[in-house]
Order: sequence, then structure tokens, then C-alpha cells
Amino acid sequence: MRRISLYSLDSLFGEISKSMTLYIPASDNAGGAVYTKYEDGVEYLNTLNTVKSPKNFFFPHTEDLMEFKLQGKNIDILDIRQESEDFAVFGVRGCDVKSFDILDRVFLSDPVDSYYATRREHGVIISLACTKPSETCFCTTFGIDPTEPMGDISAWMTESHLYLQPVTEKGKALMSKIEHITEACDDSEVLAQKDKTKNILSKLPLKDLSTDAFGSGKTKELFDSPQWAELSQSCLGCGTCTFVCPTCQCYDIKDFNTGSGVIRYRCWDSCMFSEFTKMAHGNPRLTQTERFRQRFMHKLVYYPENNDGLFSCVGCGRCLSKCPISMNIVKVMKSLGGDKNE
Amino acid sequence: MQKITRDQIVSKAVSLLQDGTVSAVLGWRQGEFCYDVTPSVFNTAEDIEANFVWNDFCGANFSKYLVSKTKNIDGKLLVFLKPCDTYSFNQLLTEHRFNRESVYVVGIPCEGMVDISKVKAVSGEGIVCAESKGAGLSVTTIYDENPKEIPYAEVLSERCLNCKSKKHVAYDELLGDEGEVIDSARFDEVEKLESMTSEERFAFWQGELSRCIRCNACRDVCPACTCEKCVFDNPNSGAESKAPTNSFEEQMFHVIRAFHVAGRCTDCGECSRVCPQNIPLHLLNRKFIKDINSFYGDYQAGAEVGMRAPLVDYDLGDLEACDVFERRDSE
Repeated sequence: MRRISLYSLDSLFGEISKSMTLYIPASDNAGGAVYTKYEDGVEYLNTLNTVKSPKNFFFPHTEDLMEFKLQGKNIDILDIRQESEDFAVFGVRGCDVKSFDILDRVFLSDPVDSYYATRREHGVIISLACTKPSETCFCTTFGIDPTEPMGDISAWMTESHLYLQPVTEKGKALMSKIEHITEACDDSEVLAQKDKTKNILSKLPLKDLSTDAFGSGKTKELFDSPQWAELSQSCLGCGTCTFVCPTCQCYDIKDFNTGSGVIRYRCWDSCMFSEFTKMAHGNPRLTQTERFRQRFMHKLVYYPENNDGLFSCVGCGRCLSKCPISMNIVKVMKSLGGDKNE
Repeated sequence: MQKITRDQIVSKAVSLLQDGTVSAVLGWRQGEFCYDVTPSVFNTAEDIEANFVWNDFCGANFSKYLVSKTKNIDGKLLVFLKPCDTYSFNQLLTEHRFNRESVYVVGIPCEGMVDISKVKAVSGEGIVCAESKGAGLSVTTIYDENPKEIPYAEVLSERCLNCKSKKHVAYDELLGDEGEVIDSARFDEVEKLESMTSEERFAFWQGELSRCIRCNACRDVCPACTCEKCVFDNPNSGAESKAPTNSFEEQMFHVIRAFHVAGRCTDCGECSRVCPQNIPLHLLNRKFIKDINSFYGDYQAGAEVGMRAPLVDYDLGDLEACDVFERRDSE
């Protein structure tokens, strides 16, 4: 384990950005935080969570996939994929780091999504342990330890220092580049911080939220529950929950007419939208109740069924704080979870 | 801080349900925390007594829900409307979006609603309790057992700090006073934008709108947006878009929407309340309201049912296009 004084945080960022683009949480000038490219004048904001999750780094909101150019009677198909350059993201919380595992299982399983894969290969994640979780946090429900975040390098910030511990080969490679500005140290301060944070975790209001009623094999039991109608009754059908969610991974592919050709692009889609999965025959989910149910069944039943029991939620709490009507996965789990969640 | 209590509202709801005046009640349902209330239809007195909430976080405007919630209702739906909600109610009636006979309105006074993000900016995360105490909120967090007292002036939402009316313009009965239209400073921010150069103004909006994630929450909550099929959701429209493909597109979306609701927007402020990116969308609408006021005389959408909005009405005194160009050239 190595450490650097917080007074030298800027020189750490500067050193990393010599070899690769670095993104750090910074103010969005509207009360929130946004990952921002580090350069002179960009100030690190010690925030719990950014408004948008870091999934954007690997699975961008919109991206061009290929281009079709019209040349007389010919159509040229251009592969416009670009190899990603190396980049680093600093300050990713344990919940968001876990979300990359969930996305990997979708995008890196056969057939591999090469657009996602190149970014994933070139991205280095420096996580950051939580010290002040919010009442909306429930990552521990999904087995995440926010005091021990994964990533390529795990980091802990105390009042005086940033402690760094490489986890992967990529992390070790980056550590070697910053070795000269960091100092070797023991982990006593980090252990003390972990104990303190764990004490706080035991006070969180959602600490007892249980996944027992969900997971593989629960489709029949939950799909026809009459509670979906009540839970979804005031859902606006907006995409806020899906777009701030670190694990939502649905997208749409569209063609954009450039006048002289076509750019095929993809953009995030939301199961909450009325046009989601619309096909030639129409739409398989005609009501908001069905769309609402799809989102939570996917996270709590279908995804775990296909992924060795892993839930597709990391308890980051973004949907809790952003939903316009304050309906969210916690309320769904408590309502459908029966005795286990009362 | 609210003038009427939860108990008053609950007993009103229960008695109207039990005497058969209404068959269901649209209200605010208790959440996980003190502030995350969810709009909900209550069908039984027991449910109301156990789960109905009325506090400083009941900001949601219920008027638009009446379009969907009265469609298949037997009898009447009871709805509690705050003064600003009643303007949306009238505007929706003017547009024939629901049947007045299916609704029983109880007007309730409102002293302003709290923006939880403003509370958190002061108290920090970990809120376990935020209750009204005197002229402010008393907030307790898991990090500090001693409650922090925050004056309402610091935590009320923008639309409430600039409240335009405490008057109920529609109701079947009132709990409390009818209220008055009040002077507000709601156009001050618009004037600031007007005094900018066009380059500054462009930079301002680009900065704000570039945060847009196209979740469509502003549209979906807007009581003036009740088209059966929105052009932006219709694959056959040529304007369908699910994502911000570039900043221009975001501007198109918000500017087109602002034009579409111009003259019908009551300035209820729901768009800005729900925006996950804190974009001050209400300023676009207020600019239109201010312009309509100055071009056609003061006009408040939803003040009465059946009003002809200036933009869809004609009279000989109407502003000519040349007047608009003159104004533009003089800027």
C-alpha cells in the first residue's frame, strides 16, 4: 500500500494525466457531480455519487457504430470503430465498480461487443472507499463492501492522505508510474477508517433490505403479482431511473440520414418508454405496468437467472433520489418481498 | 409550516369516502424516508389512515394524473389540490382532457414545498428525519444526533419562493382560505437572461441544456403535455429521438417543447422539480409567459376554464409581426 498527502492530490492527478486521460468527479455547477476530464483548473469534488454513473465511460449514452456512404449506385460500408486510448477514472465508488462486472457479463459474453470491449481494455479504474454513505445507500444488500471497493486500484481517502492499493495488473502498471510521488505505508489508517465506516453502515435505514424473495426461479411467483399495478400506478414513464442507473444496459440502434449517407448509431434506451422493443408486429408491453414490471423483473429475477444468481442492482441509490415520483427498487423489493422485507 | 394538518386532510378524505361522495382518493403515500412521498390512489379508509402523508415534501401536482385516473372510475375521484395545481386543473379542463364530473376537488392551502436537494446541500447526506419546526425544518442525520434547524427560505423550491398565487381557482370545497393572487419576483431571472447578450444567453443555455439526459421527465410530468402520442416518441414523425445525439438536438427538444406549451403553461414548475440534472427549464416557459404578457396583456393560463389563450385567439389589436421584428432589431 502506498499513500500521498491530500495536499499533493493535484500532482497525483497531473502525473496520471501525463500518460493517459484522467477523469475525476467535479462540480456540474448545478448541485451535482459529473466526471470531468482532469486539466488545470478542474477541481476534485469529494462527492458520494455522480448524477450519471460511470457506465458512460464504457457504454456511452450515444455512439456511432458504422457509416454507409452513397457513391453513385454503390454503398460503401465504413467501419468507424476506433481503438480507445488509455484512460483512467478516479473516485469510483464500490457500487459503481461492481456495476462494471454486471455490464461485462452482458457486453463481453459471446458475441463480444467490440465497442465496449476496447474501452474496457483501455480504462483503468481507481475506486474510492465510502466514508459517508447516504440514507439512500443499500449496496450491502448486494454483497458489496463500500469500504473495500474493487477496481484496478483501490483507494481510501482520510483527512490527510490518499491511500492506494493496486488490485489488477493494469493497476500495478499505473502504480509504477506514480511510485515516485507516493510513499510506502502500512494500512493502519485504512483499517481504522473501515471500522468507522462499518459502524455507520450499521445505522443505515436500508441495511436490512433482503434479496431473499428474488433471484433465479422466481418468475412464476412474481410475474403475476397484483402488486405491480399498485406499484406502477403513478409511474410517469420517463427514463430517469434507467438513465441514472449504473447497470441498465438496454440500447436502441438507429440510422441517421446525413444527406449523403447514413450513420448507424446506438443510444441508451429505456424499458420505461412506450416505444421500447417496438417491433414490426407492434409492442409486446402495452401498459406502463408491464414496462415497470419488466425493469424490476430484469434486475431481480431474469438477470440473476442468466448470471449465476448475480443481481443487476448495486444499491447506489441514484433512482431513490432522482425518481420524480419517488418510486424505486427498494419500495418494489419491500412490497414484493413479503415478510422478509417488512 | 403547512397551515392545515395531515389529520385534517385524512379525516376529510375518510369522511368523503365513507359518505359515498367519492369512490377513491388521490393523495401522497408514505415512503421509506420522511421526504420520498409517492402519488397514489387510496381506496380504503384504513389505507388512508395508515399511509397518507401531508408534509413539506408533497410537491407533486396531481392535475395531470386526473387524465389517466378518471378514465375508468366509477363515481368520483377525490383530489387534493394546492393553489398552483388548480391552474393546471383548469387548463386541462379547458383542453377537455378529463371529465369534471368524475372529480371532487378539495382545495388545500400551501405554504411552499421543500426541495430535498437544497436540504441536503445544508445538512449533508444521511437524513433520518426532516420535520417542520417554527420557521424552518429540523433535520437529523445519521452523522449528527443533534437536529440542524434550517430556515424555510433556504430550502423551499424555487417555484415556491416565487409563488405567484395562493388562490384556488378551482375547487368543490376548501380546507382553509381561498387565498389571493400575490406579487412575485418570478420574472426577475428572465429579465437577467434578457439583459445578456445573445452570445452570453446562448452560452448559458448551452451550459444548462448540455446536462440533459433526455429522460423526458419534464415532458412526462408536464400538465400541458398530454398529447396521446408525443412527436418525440413517434418513429413515424421524423423527430423521434431517445437520446441526446448532440447538444443541438437537446436544444431542439426543449425549445420545441417550450413553444408547444406556450400560452398553456401555467408555470407550475413541475419540469424543474423533476429534472434529475437540475436544469432550470421553467425559465424557458417563463420567458414565453412574460412575452405573452407584454405583447397581449397579462394572461394567466388556467385562471378560468374556457379562456381563449392569446396565441390561439385573434383580435384587431393583436401585435403585428413587424412589431416583433422592431423589438428584435432594437435589442
